[in-house]
Amino acid sequence: MAQMTMIQAITDAMRTELGNDENVLVFGEDVGQNGGVFRATEGLQDEFGEDRVFDTPLAESGINGMAVGLALTGFRPVPEIQFFGFVYETMDAISGQMARYRYRSGGTRQMPITVRSPFGGGVHTPELHADSLEGLMAQQPGLKVVIPSNPYDAKGLLIQSIRDNDPVIFLEHMKLYRSFREEVPEDEYTVELGKANVKREGTDVTLVAYGAMVHSALKAAEQLEEDGVSAEVIDLRTVSPVDYETILESVEKTNRAVVIQEAQKQAGIAASIAAEIQEKAILHLEAPVMRVTAPDTIYPFTQAEGVWLPDHTSIIEKVESVMNF
Amino acid sequence: MKRTLENIENQFETFQILNEEGEIVNEDAMPDLSDDDLKEIMRRMVYTRILDQRSIALNRQGRLGFYAPTAGQEASQLGSQYALEQEDFILPGYRDVPQLIWQGLPLTKAFLFSKGHYVGNQMPEGVNAVSPQIIIGAQITQAAGVGIGFKKRGESNVAITYTGDGGASQGDFYEGVNFAGAFGGHNIFVVQNNQFAISVPVEKQSAAQTIAQKAVAAGVEGIQVDGMDVLAVYAVTKDARERAINGEGPTLIETMTYRYGPHTMAGDDPTRYRTGDMDDEWEKKDPIVRFRKYLEGKDLWSEDEENEVIEKAKEEIKAAIKEADNTPKQKVTDLMDIMYEELPQNLKEQREEYAEKESK
Repeated sequence: MAQMTMIQAITDAMRTELGNDENVLVFGEDVGQNGGVFRATEGLQDEFGEDRVFDTPLAESGINGMAVGLALTGFRPVPEIQFFGFVYETMDAISGQMARYRYRSGGTRQMPITVRSPFGGGVHTPELHADSLEGLMAQQPGLKVVIPSNPYDAKGLLIQSIRDNDPVIFLEHMKLYRSFREEVPEDEYTVELGKANVKREGTDVTLVAYGAMVHSALKAAEQLEEDGVSAEVIDLRTVSPVDYETILESVEKTNRAVVIQEAQKQAGIAASIAAEIQEKAILHLEAPVMRVTAPDTIYPFTQAEGVWLPDHTSIIEKVESVMNF
Repeated sequence: MKRTLENIENQFETFQILNEEGEIVNEDAMPDLSDDDLKEIMRRMVYTRILDQRSIALNRQGRLGFYAPTAGQEASQLGSQYALEQEDFILPGYRDVPQLIWQGLPLTKAFLFSKGHYVGNQMPEGVNAVSPQIIIGAQITQAAGVGIGFKKRGESNVAITYTGDGGASQGDFYEGVNFAGAFGGHNIFVVQNNQFAISVPVEKQSAAQTIAQKAVAAGVEGIQVDGMDVLAVYAVTKDARERAINGEGPTLIETMTYRYGPHTMAGDDPTRYRTGDMDDEWEKKDPIVRFRKYLEGKDLWSEDEENEVIEKAKEEIKAAIKEADNTPKQKVTDLMDIMYEELPQNLKEQREEYAEKESK
């Protein structure tokens, strides 16, 4: 076992799969000699050569279009979009193209592509570098959307994503890249896609979160414990498809739920989960399912992000309101 | 200060081998094609013209769905396809169904594609192609990926992709050609300049005097060819193919052509944006008329042979549309089954609901 940050775990996952399968290719802007702007691909070009780990011209649509073409010739591409705010440049290549190829070939072809990209707020980036756009991706049938919250999951989920035969959007919250280390096995292992993880057991309320918000939820749960409220925390790990079984099982036990996302309130993952809970478990509920989200504005880069981003205090407030409903 | 634009544009002349009168005007460039090849090319063009006429009629009868007419573009489509090997990969635009058919896609499947049935998207074994792209230019970056993939694997194959004059304005066009150039992909990019992107004339697409010259900015070869001259289109495609697999880089081919019909059968009326004079002028350049003259001059073609092809086409089309009509309709559950390798939890639930609905 080694102590790894999330970014190290991510590099380790790519190294593992580059070593396991010669069809795996890692490419994007600055991922070669530079090792990526966050060093996620550090050392990989030296280890596996320029034919397998390489820089591309600066064009996101071209990168993902090329990934589709490489998948059509039997490769297993792992393109990087340097910041997920740049996804608008490549929406068609992702949602209009790679997501549809299995259908568009009548089920005869597959797109084993893993699009990796950093996202998420709180790290003082310029505009269109921090946005949480997973909701846009989750609305597209044919894609899977994976968001790890810790180094262990990041490695296992990324290896599994690269091995998956459908396109996966793998979103890495920037704030988590180096915020903490944990034990990560040096050997290979996988974490199943579409499977949530109960991070903390509780009996009074279910907190559903993913990415950086898992840590805010855990922090909230600790403080709530002191006030005598026992909160269960679920880390979704995959936001498309959502593991409703785990969520519903928990809600049927706690009878209350708060769904947390860093993204804006309108539409999105939390809305969908809240709707599903009330459709499937209304008779178990003691209170309405509440959401903790950012407000419905564009991301307020740098100046106001501290207030704009939800945190453990906003979660505690919502939990109090469902407890006192 | 040296100005370069004029010098560059002067380099792009329209390459031609067979003129409108069916005469060889560029003997040195004549490709190495046997008499059998020449006759086969003629058969394919005649057959494809009939297929277009029948498809338009079938569409009007409501027996076909989406259809983009091809008449006028036979030399451009089939001359380039004839230069391919079976292992080459085609990424077509939505008007490029004929190339798929001559590469081996059964007519029935072409009709099922038109009708929106997923079986029409399944290429038979040995046909390396994807079904026609609907988003203008999206296939071009993918083609770059396929061509780069062939290079990585050391395979002697090319990826050929087709778009139109409007497609050459898309960002994906520039990105795709540029990526292929940067990585030395085994690529041929064909822009069929049929003069109109639905209604917008090519003059409004760009200040560039030719589309072929756009290759220069990406550092790849570009050539403009008479797209009504099947020999010229064949020759430039063959040459581009050889150079691509020899590691000499991708080629952008602009074929100067014309679609006689509407953009698609979904209500486009070309009289709103084209004059009858313009139609007449282009019909004088007709690829089949000039090739017929050429072949007749060599005693390689007769009216009887042409009629034989026409009858064969009609019979095969009739049988194929019947088979397409008799194919069981696609179900929602069929669609669900090909969204992912394995059904996710949400779709499992929804599948049960639709299986029940569709069993009634």
